[in-house]
Amino acid sequence: MQATTLSAVLLVLTSLAGCAVEPWVKPYERAKLADPIMSFSRNPVAESYLHHVYQAREAARGAEGGQGGGCGCN
Amino acid sequence: MAVTEIKQTNRLLLIGSFAVALPVLAAQLPEERADAMYHLYDGGGVTVSGPSILVRKQFGESLSASANYYVDAISSASIDVVTTASPYTENRTENSASVDYLYGNSQMNLGYTSSEESDYSADTIHFSIGQDLLGDLTNVTLGYSRGSDEVRRNGDADFSDEVTRNSFSLALSQVVTANTLFALSWETIADEGFLNNPYRSVRYLDASSPTGYSFESEVYPRTRTSNALSARLRYHLPYRAALSGEYRYFTDTWGITAHNTELGYTHPLGDNWTFDLSYRYYTQNAADFYSDLFPRVQSQNYLARDKELSSYSSHSVGFGMSYKLQRESWKLLDSASLNLAYNYLYFNYRDFRDISQSEAVGQEPLYELSANVMRLYLSVYY
Repeated sequence: MQATTLSAVLLVLTSLAGCAVEPWVKPYERAKLADPIMSFSRNPVAESYLHHVYQAREAARGAEGGQGGGCGCN
Repeated sequence: MAVTEIKQTNRLLLIGSFAVALPVLAAQLPEERADAMYHLYDGGGVTVSGPSILVRKQFGESLSASANYYVDAISSASIDVVTTASPYTENRTENSASVDYLYGNSQMNLGYTSSEESDYSADTIHFSIGQDLLGDLTNVTLGYSRGSDEVRRNGDADFSDEVTRNSFSLALSQVVTANTLFALSWETIADEGFLNNPYRSVRYLDASSPTGYSFESEVYPRTRTSNALSARLRYHLPYRAALSGEYRYFTDTWGITAHNTELGYTHPLGDNWTFDLSYRYYTQNAADFYSDLFPRVQSQNYLARDKELSSYSSHSVGFGMSYKLQRESWKLLDSASLNLAYNYLYFNYRDFRDISQSEAVGQEPLYELSANVMRLYLSVYY
């Protein structure tokens, strides 16, 4: 059921990809966004390790931003 | 005399180490780099340290592959261990590999992780597909992963059980303005199988015991489904620095609700230095079947006294510094950086008592835990 819902969402959003939307932030205006300090994951190894520590010490899990299927801790 | 070991949540499993950045701006392959890290966790009588090596290489214009080798060397004399068992040491080794494929405005990722320790084996496969939309200002990524674990108990050859784990995720990243990025992420995880710890015990009131209490094995439900929704924001300040904010809401079928929020600040200094500061707050309530002290033996179907399922809050203060090296004379490398990151964690438990202290049963002081978490790593870009 969840997979079906997600597939439907993907289908709708993918169909939007062809729409001719005028980007409100032009490519030449994206210099600051491309600065490495704006990356959500500038240091993947160190950040995924810290998520790992939090997963081991906390009941909450998921939606950390990177990929993965939870901690697997028991 | 047989020595009883106890393993607990500090087995630091890292199923999720594919560590691919959430796509921002146009679909693109992750940069080619290699990282060699030494990590250290030290707190609450538990020390976990070891290396992590990540190598990422691009092949042609549309294919990128990465491999990660990771070790946790665990030495534990935690509160559970000192009150109900004997200290132990153990190693966990994890290997993972992933492939990213770029096709037009789409990006696909396929990954596999294997983790092995003396009494726990875990295998996880992961697949995700992302698509740029709306003039490359939006990216939507769907992910699925499936884990198959085998749980064993050292010293008991007859015990073996399994856990399967399915995870679905949906992530949206959005360019909001020329200074602002926003990301929304949702993930649901469904576990089925042996979800408790084969070594851990709960305690219950027992007038016949000199301490006033005795222990029995914990019992968890064999299913758990959780949902997490997070929102993250990054803002480029008018000068060269970035502010970040994050909030996550979590809920599961065991009755736990959790919130965490984080603020961060990144400040480059000159051409070579970058400094990071962060603060994170986390709070959760207890699982429905958690109790620090049950009224009698087998007082209910499910029993837990895992402090990670109790009610508590925690604070994390982080500091990072990075020094970038770049030389014209380097032939094979573009640049390199030496990085140090440190977090101080403090946990304040609201219904988990420190029974290593001699007080009347149920009147022991509440447990507190602080930990130092350090990452030292060298990154090279080529």
